[in-house]
Amino acid sequence: MHMLGAPFRKAVPVSAPSSLSTWREARDGRIEINNVGIAFGPEGRRHIAVSPTSIEIPPGQFVCILGPSGCGKSTLLNAVAGYVKPTVGQVLVDGTPVDAPGPDRGMVFQQYSLFPWKTVRENVAFGPRILGRYDPSPEATADTLLEMVGLAKFANRYPAELSGGMQQRVGIARALANYPRVLLMDEPFGALDSQTRHVMQENLLKIWAEFRITVLFVTHDIDEAVFLGDRVLVMSASPGTIIADITIDLPRPREPELAVDERFMALRRLCHETIRQESMKAFEQQNT
Amino acid sequence: MLAKTIEPGVTPPAQPPLQVVSPPRATPEAIEALQRSKPEKLHGWAAFLAVVASPSPLMRWTRRLLAIALGILWWHLAVKYQLNVIVKFDNVSSPAEVWASFVKQLNGKIFYRHLFVSLQRIAIAYCFAVSIGIPLGLLMGRSRIINDFVMPYVEILRPIPAVAWIPLAILMWPTEESSILYITFLGALFPIILNTVAGVQQTPEVLVRAARSLGARQGQIFRHVVLPAALPSIATGLSVGMGVAWFSLLAGEIISGQYGIGYFTWTAYHLIKYPDIIVGMLSIGFLGTASTFAVTLATKPFLRWQARAR
Repeated sequence: MHMLGAPFRKAVPVSAPSSLSTWREARDGRIEINNVGIAFGPEGRRHIAVSPTSIEIPPGQFVCILGPSGCGKSTLLNAVAGYVKPTVGQVLVDGTPVDAPGPDRGMVFQQYSLFPWKTVRENVAFGPRILGRYDPSPEATADTLLEMVGLAKFANRYPAELSGGMQQRVGIARALANYPRVLLMDEPFGALDSQTRHVMQENLLKIWAEFRITVLFVTHDIDEAVFLGDRVLVMSASPGTIIADITIDLPRPREPELAVDERFMALRRLCHETIRQESMKAFEQQNT
Repeated sequence: MLAKTIEPGVTPPAQPPLQVVSPPRATPEAIEALQRSKPEKLHGWAAFLAVVASPSPLMRWTRRLLAIALGILWWHLAVKYQLNVIVKFDNVSSPAEVWASFVKQLNGKIFYRHLFVSLQRIAIAYCFAVSIGIPLGLLMGRSRIINDFVMPYVEILRPIPAVAWIPLAILMWPTEESSILYITFLGALFPIILNTVAGVQQTPEVLVRAARSLGARQGQIFRHVVLPAALPSIATGLSVGMGVAWFSLLAGEIISGQYGIGYFTWTAYHLIKYPDIIVGMLSIGFLGTASTFAVTLATKPFLRWQARAR
């Protein structure tokens, strides 16, 4: 199985130290979701999680999938990650069909998913270490990334000694340590308190500004989706359909003051209305 | 269509001014005084209770030793006054007699031989149980097919007490020694297998998924995720297995053999050396505890991350 695709290409931070910048070959990470439909369950009682959907995400775009719980947004993300095999259609990353999880697509989970028996540094170095041949010094890579997420001081700690927000930052650093072409994030800040969440969002945008890789970010938080994304795909459980593809034309870098920006509020309202109309329709259908 | 739902920018009506007041702040002196304040002092009965219930290691060991001292005192009095309520104490040796016997045994040679033989049996049988139990448990935890083939045997054989194995073990194995080892081995095996299986099955799925997305292959997932996740449970299985190994060994030694601390205890009864019964029993208790403690100690370095988490 070609886990990496050939040749192995790494998107490296623009301002990366010289040891890393030599790896940089191309900035790609095009995601093509071609007519992907996903159904679960036994014959006759199939549950449609995602109805056939086609979406193309150009390299370097930050795309948020926004929708209520149970609308199939995580399932769609898992299809791109390779955990779920589409029932119909296929996902292509840079032209290569996805058939399993792989280090070209970094993944950040909602639940804390750090290895509790490894220190923070060992966690981040895990990817480069097991891919051995590509990275002469996993530890150095880990330290570079920890520096970037502001946790260099905690390299020798164990995950349980860190707060939830810090653990998620380590999770992001770990996903980036393989220099993936795509970063997949499944409600990564969902379990954090709202103050921490805001700080994390800003931190994520700063990191992304350096890496400029493609991000697919699943969330149910409208403000989060609009604040982070270049584009918001609004999803609804009717069943598992992308009902709107909204371009977020807000300038970058984005600051917290954006929350009172008129354009921001208009876009937020648009997302809100889109979701509301859809859920009203669903509600009325249930009652007839 | 959707864009229409946004209302054009309407100027909001004038709002009343926002109300903010700053509550009075504590002076730096007041904060410093709070910093220097002493914890509440207890008096009388409460102070006494606080010392008695103190969580300090010294106090805890004091309480433990006190408990043992009280037990010995009770034993001494029960023997001295020939307590006879349901259980009879007329034939029970007193603590002093047991101690005298113990010192006498320590001065002889044969007692050490008994201890050595028992420890050797435990060591051999336990090593076999560990080197079969852990790999088998890991395989069973990872593979449903292997689990379905092996688990019925574990479930049926596990409740059979060591004593019930003795006749068949003697018939099956060429020497008495090997049948004792076999019974001891079985005792340790099942807790090790079951705890290993449980540990593997408790591996959080999200960690396996994370490892896969980082590029780990099956073998690497096993080494870096499944095995460490199962370790706390395996460690429990190892200490429980050690305990069960001891009482299986004793069952084997009482029925057959020429040496061993179980044999020593049982012959003491036949030879009417009553104090030696208790010397044997307490030796078993002490060795069992010590070896379980040794196992716990040996597994500790692998579980450092857990200690740090608390």
